[in-house]
Amino acid sequence: MRAMDLFSDTDLTLQSLQAVIRVAEQFKEKYKRAPVFMEVCGSHTMAFARSGIKKRLNDHVELISGPGCPVCVTDQKSIDAMITLGESPNRILCTFGDMMRVPGSRHSLMTAKAAGNDIRVVYSPLDSVKIAEENPDKEIIFLGIGFETTIPILTLAIREAEKKGIMNYSVWMTTKLVEPAIRALLDAGEVKLDGFLLPGHVSVVMGEEKYGFLPKEYGMSGVISGFEPVQLLSGMYKLMALLLEGKPGIINDYQSVVTKKGNRFAQEMMDRYLTPFGEEWRGMGVIPDSGLVLRDRFSLYDAKKKFQISMDQPRKTKCRCGEIIRGLIKPEECVLFNKGCTPLNPIGPCMVSTEGTCSAHYQYMRED
Amino acid sequence: MKDVISLAHGEGGELTHRLIEDLFANAFCHHDQLHLDAAVVTCEKKEIAVTTDSFVVKPIFFPGGDIGKLSVAGTVNDLAVSGASPLFLTAGFILEEGFEIRGLKKVVQSMAEEAKHAGVRIIAGDTKVVEKGEADGLFINTTGFGVLGSKKVNGSNVKEGDVVICSGTIGDHGIAIVSAREKLGLLTEVQSDCASLNHMIDRLLSETDGIRIMRDPTRGGLATTLVELCDNLQMTVELQEREIPVKREVEGACDILGFDPLYLANEGKVVIIADATEEERILEILGKDPLGRQARTIGEVTSVDKGKLLLKTPVGTTRRMDRLSGMLLPRIC
Repeated sequence: MRAMDLFSDTDLTLQSLQAVIRVAEQFKEKYKRAPVFMEVCGSHTMAFARSGIKKRLNDHVELISGPGCPVCVTDQKSIDAMITLGESPNRILCTFGDMMRVPGSRHSLMTAKAAGNDIRVVYSPLDSVKIAEENPDKEIIFLGIGFETTIPILTLAIREAEKKGIMNYSVWMTTKLVEPAIRALLDAGEVKLDGFLLPGHVSVVMGEEKYGFLPKEYGMSGVISGFEPVQLLSGMYKLMALLLEGKPGIINDYQSVVTKKGNRFAQEMMDRYLTPFGEEWRGMGVIPDSGLVLRDRFSLYDAKKKFQISMDQPRKTKCRCGEIIRGLIKPEECVLFNKGCTPLNPIGPCMVSTEGTCSAHYQYMRED
Repeated sequence: MKDVISLAHGEGGELTHRLIEDLFANAFCHHDQLHLDAAVVTCEKKEIAVTTDSFVVKPIFFPGGDIGKLSVAGTVNDLAVSGASPLFLTAGFILEEGFEIRGLKKVVQSMAEEAKHAGVRIIAGDTKVVEKGEADGLFINTTGFGVLGSKKVNGSNVKEGDVVICSGTIGDHGIAIVSAREKLGLLTEVQSDCASLNHMIDRLLSETDGIRIMRDPTRGGLATTLVELCDNLQMTVELQEREIPVKREVEGACDILGFDPLYLANEGKVVIIADATEEERILEILGKDPLGRQARTIGEVTSVDKGKLLLKTPVGTTRRMDRLSGMLLPRIC
């Protein structure tokens, strides 16, 4: 049996599930309530929902989804600006597919594309550099949305454009960093948590040591986890074991790919091209140094400097994505969920992004 | 210069004549009726099933097939799952100026091969050429005619306890297309499952009783197809997630690309709802056919009201599935 098969093996999943329930009951006995964990990764949100684990553990563990979906945490003004950016002749707007159906105040990129604008879905930012090379008479803009998992690839694209002397290429940076978001949540103190399931992919880049601040400064535990059912459950089990021990710490439960220091090359690339910036988050406002923007000497590739986009006040809706991102409410508590807001007719980004909490609940947790 | 389609190929003059005579008539073997404006065929006094489908797949050539093979198999399968034996096809071509004639020959050749394989004749056709940029290479429309057999498979007699059988792995076509189109460079090349299923389905219908209804889960995938069926027949189906066959490489590609195999197109699979007493016999017949070797029972009809598609996860929870919402992969067939 291959390792990956082992991690999704049904018998092992069911055994792990029982083990998690057992320690959750011990926790309940000790603290007279269920443990509350937050997963800070959109892929974890999806994996927990899709595998059925979140629903199955409903009575034993409260699992709250955090600000882990890059499209969802992007401020509405920024979303609107990106759509406007694509509505101009002589431009080709390149984006990850996730952005296409995200609702803007007026309409989505999908609608803008149908109206005749050249908006293309690419699977890698490097593809957008190729498009720039092939269309020298047009401006090619890549929508650089993402966490630490995506950011290094954005810098690779810029390096490629730099190497080839391509001048008609730029990136609209709205990147986000995990640590400042976790700190902002904990500092705000609105949501009461016992521990974190830490993002596996981000950790591949940033390394295990990145999370030292959690036990040290906040007395909080965390486990870095993979994405297959057995890995998700193992992460939960170890997190609960840490809590029962009463000694806050970080466990790397994804050692096959996550090292102590992370991917040095990726970190160096980020450092070379980018510098911290106070990004605005949906529902959380501006968080100091919570994103990365291009350093001044790479302004040529900075779409925000190259193009002036006037930003109107976003349309006001009853969408509560902002509170969902902060873990304050569940999607079902939003009056729009599954009524005015569905994947076919989304009002907020969380319903339409492939990593959105509302999308996870709509797709994977409804029975009627 | 390469031999390419020009606007003159669609003008009805000498070039059109040559294209029809040398390419189409040759490949589809009917010089005898070339002088007629309509094909004349004989049918016994039976109920006729008719279906039509247009094919705009991009890329035109993909691992496991091309637009030609697809345009025959797709229409043949629509007839077959309706309980009809496919007999005749018509084919309409819309060609973009500048399309390579060599490519067209290849496509027509695969149509002829697939038609031969499926035992259908392509009896009428049409060619139009549009200016460069007004179409993307080549589009094909096929219309199919078949005679209905004595066994009705319209789902009217579906009942609680009926089984849901899938003839093989799902999502192959979708991944084959997207990886060919986007040049993803995945480690293993997934082949499209594009194939005519009529012989296998004919055998099923003649050798078993109790098949209530069949569908080929193309665009929108297995999930959307079953949601449609549940909705139409007002039945609730519960699928067992762990029983649904998915190739490992398809699963891997889905993980990377954020797709759900249940929503990916298939072009050589049939999903069958049948009386539980016939389950073994159906699986046995499917299992003997190269196109059904990996057939599995993937769920059952749990009630004949409500019209819901439910999926049971390996950890024992149940969730409702909907039609594919919005776009997953355009121009998949």
